[in-house]
Amino acid sequence: MTLADTLFWIVPELMLAGGAMALLILGVYLGDASSRLISTISIALLIAALLVVVALNGGPTQELFGGALRVDAFSSFAKMLILAAAAIAILMSDKYLAGEQLGRFEYPVLIVLAALGMMLMVSANDLIALYMGVETQSLALYILAAFNRDSRRSTEAGLKYFVLGALSSCMLLYGASLIYGFTGSTNFSAIAQSAAVARENVGLVVGLVFLIAGLAFKVSAAPFHMWTPDVYEGAPTPVTAFFAAAPKLAAMALFARALVTPFPDIVDQWRPIIAILAVASMTVGAFSAIVQSNIKRLMAYSSIGHMGFALIGLAAGTANGIGSVLVYMAIYIVMTVGAFACILLMRRRGGMTESIDDLSGLTRTNPGLALALTILLFSLAGVPPMAGFFGKLVVFQAAVEADLVWLAIIGAVMSVISAYYYLRIIWLMWFNEPAPAFEREVGSRLGMTAFGSAALMFPILIVFIGPLVAFARNAAAALF
Amino acid sequence: MNDLLAESLANQPWLSLLTFLPLVGAFGIALRQMMAKRGAAGEISAAEQAQIDSVSRRVAMLFTLGAFVVSVFIYVAYYDPSFGGYQLVEHVEWLGGGVSYKMGVDGISILFVLLTTFIMPICIAASKTIEKRVAEYMIAFLIMETLILGVFCALDLLVFYLFFEGSLIPMFLIIGVWGSKGVKEFGGVSMPSRVYAAIKFFLYTLLGSVLMLVAILWMWRYAGTTDIHALQQTAFPAGAQKWLWVAFFASFAVKMPMWPVHTWLPDAHVQAPTAGSVVLAAILLKMGGYGFLRFSLPMFPIASADFAPFVYALSIVAIIYTSLVALAQEDMKKLIAYSSVAHMGFVTMGIFTGTSQGIEGGLFQMLSHGFISGALFLCVGVLYDRIHTREIAAYGGLVHRMPFYAFLFLFFTMGNVGLPGVSGFVGEFLTMAGAFKVNSWIAFFAAFGVILSAAYALRLYRQVMYGEMTKEKLMTITDVDAREIVMLGVLMVFALVLGLYPKPALDVFAPSVDGLIANFDAAIAAAGTP
Repeated sequence: MTLADTLFWIVPELMLAGGAMALLILGVYLGDASSRLISTISIALLIAALLVVVALNGGPTQELFGGALRVDAFSSFAKMLILAAAAIAILMSDKYLAGEQLGRFEYPVLIVLAALGMMLMVSANDLIALYMGVETQSLALYILAAFNRDSRRSTEAGLKYFVLGALSSCMLLYGASLIYGFTGSTNFSAIAQSAAVARENVGLVVGLVFLIAGLAFKVSAAPFHMWTPDVYEGAPTPVTAFFAAAPKLAAMALFARALVTPFPDIVDQWRPIIAILAVASMTVGAFSAIVQSNIKRLMAYSSIGHMGFALIGLAAGTANGIGSVLVYMAIYIVMTVGAFACILLMRRRGGMTESIDDLSGLTRTNPGLALALTILLFSLAGVPPMAGFFGKLVVFQAAVEADLVWLAIIGAVMSVISAYYYLRIIWLMWFNEPAPAFEREVGSRLGMTAFGSAALMFPILIVFIGPLVAFARNAAAALF
Repeated sequence: MNDLLAESLANQPWLSLLTFLPLVGAFGIALRQMMAKRGAAGEISAAEQAQIDSVSRRVAMLFTLGAFVVSVFIYVAYYDPSFGGYQLVEHVEWLGGGVSYKMGVDGISILFVLLTTFIMPICIAASKTIEKRVAEYMIAFLIMETLILGVFCALDLLVFYLFFEGSLIPMFLIIGVWGSKGVKEFGGVSMPSRVYAAIKFFLYTLLGSVLMLVAILWMWRYAGTTDIHALQQTAFPAGAQKWLWVAFFASFAVKMPMWPVHTWLPDAHVQAPTAGSVVLAAILLKMGGYGFLRFSLPMFPIASADFAPFVYALSIVAIIYTSLVALAQEDMKKLIAYSSVAHMGFVTMGIFTGTSQGIEGGLFQMLSHGFISGALFLCVGVLYDRIHTREIAAYGGLVHRMPFYAFLFLFFTMGNVGLPGVSGFVGEFLTMAGAFKVNSWIAFFAAFGVILSAAYALRLYRQVMYGEMTKEKLMTITDVDAREIVMLGVLMVFALVLGLYPKPALDVFAPSVDGLIANFDAAIAAAGTP
């Protein structure tokens, strides 16, 4: 393959990389006054990249740079979601950042760079590429977490995220070096051949465990979730909205590829670990969220729980299992983005509010927003007929097909327990006396995002769930 | 030309039209409310709100009555009562992998469809006294009707599950928003008791159902489809049947509700507004019994036969124990709620006998209970609207000021007791006859329930209606008005007609029940001879 051919397949990545640098230069020349312009260009850039990904999708699987990157249906599926989520994240941030005097031009550029890292992650087919992708993403995210540099909470969140993220990177590297040491290669396909022979090799398994631990940090699966609530709470809310969506998907997709492609023959070794991570995450998510009073912290625990459900599909380890992870994550991203759009609309004169009690009686002060949030929360709880239910349905189905019925039962019970804290918000909104109303923003971008994602959850996706599942399964089949 | 028209009419997806008709009404009301909000920039004047409220009431009434007319039309024009299989079947590809959107009815479900469409307009009429957030209330009821109709029409297990679980959402909101006042201490936190009841209702029933979901997934994997008809033809291995049966039982027993998982029901009933209680008692509880007949018995016959003694035991406990509990209640709604649990005990007992009397009796009992318990909750609502308390002790001597009410209440009390001539008798008699065939001791114990039901129902009637009228508040109480007479009157007619001449209903059940029993016996026989 000539260099031109190779570069052709990574045009979306090149667009983001080149675009981010150009925007930085532009920003330096024009100053902070240009932040709005740069936001708009960034959104356009992300959408353009999205269109290119869509156009490139459907071609044969491409191995680039000596097998370091793979462009296939799986990576395309993940990239589409990542780019869309990143674009919406910028879209949702504008107003907030302007309101908090944070309107600096670096913000959209950092999101574009993070998206670039994520795109590398989901294409990575080599331990080194994996690490490069993770770090490209993470460095941008650390800065974003501390973006409100005058706020103690925000800088604390950024520092915490950085220290723990660095620790997890260490584990990732340590695991990667052990795997390299015992298989003699960093390429996933080559590792698969060696691992098939060295099935019982202790060194390989130890390396695998470290690799899983490092990746579990990135998806914030329990017991590696400690950073999540603090970072979610401390980071500026639109940043939290971004954290909860695209990076989770990228890390989950990377997780899937890094287990399924190199280690298909030792699935018995990693399946119990993933199953335990899933159970621990669902349990932590379900029980810890009950006592939260800050809605951002609640969403943090909620996301931990959701990662647990997605990991059920990964534990299945089958093509349908990975497909169900993709379906789950796609639905999860839409729900989370919508929920955060609602949270960003919780603005009273004098600033944002983050307490759950502020939502009291919302059905009377702002029925439209309350309806959207109600649908999204029922969907997050996995109550049919909302789309969130189908996410749980497909992962449980994958678990049952892989003879992990016990895991599906635990998941089902945990979904009932976690339903409680979503219901608590719903009951505050519907049953309680109204708290002072939020400022109304009729027809704002945030409102549109909230309504759009709520409408997707109910009823649009109910009708189109079949095509989504088929699309995701087709994408997942590329890994096998 | 006329033939062509008739043919194209017959090919319409009637059941889907019926199911989603109320949803259209809900959408209309929501639209009206939203337009008003838009026009008034957020603030709606009281006069305009009152106008929207009255429009909402009328739209809701129109659509529930419309659904009733459509369902009767479907029954008369297209339903063939002599055929036991599924009729009016619709089939559309949906999720793939063997899951499709499939609707259809048979003798077991068609009367529940009619019961639902019949009860709903009465509920809307009974909601006249609701004054807060009327538009949203009507939307919730219309959505609920759609979901309930979907439960009875669905012929795909996953579609059934969607409707079955979805019906929790509107009921949760109805109890929580329009429920009664009062504060409950729970785990050191005090919360309004309607909120407590709503949460308990939701989580209890959700927990019951998620286990069924896992079982559904297993069956999907085993059979490669979730088509109910195909699953009924599938012979699941006897070992697996046990687990599947238990999972389905967990869901339906909570819904039914059976002792000892009935404790959500009294809370929910007491807190729900009158119409909410009526829907709960008359229709939502029936989903449990319907589930047993649609899934447990035909799909897991061996397990059903094995577990039958267990079900008998629970049913007997429910009949006797909850009747005794009802005897001790101070709250009218609670008393009727406990009596519902007892009456549902007859249903589960009858269904699991696997005899035609037992099953038809169980179905009939559910139908009759729909009329009678619905009417009893309306009767309590009549008093609650006037005096605003459900305490039995707050009443007494009402017969002096409310003669019409006394007559209606007496009729339904007798129906609850199971007096011959009222529909309640037929169901109890048939289920006991079925139980007698299997084991005379079961019938013996169940008969105590009949005696106890007379005890609590007559006690309630005596304390509320008879005696001297001494309470100050009751002196000015007014008798039932025309609206209330119509609501209770139609229910009375049905309870009476079905009590005197139950054959039409039983004839509708019979072909489907016979088919069910034939398959059931064949499966048992096949299992018995390896």
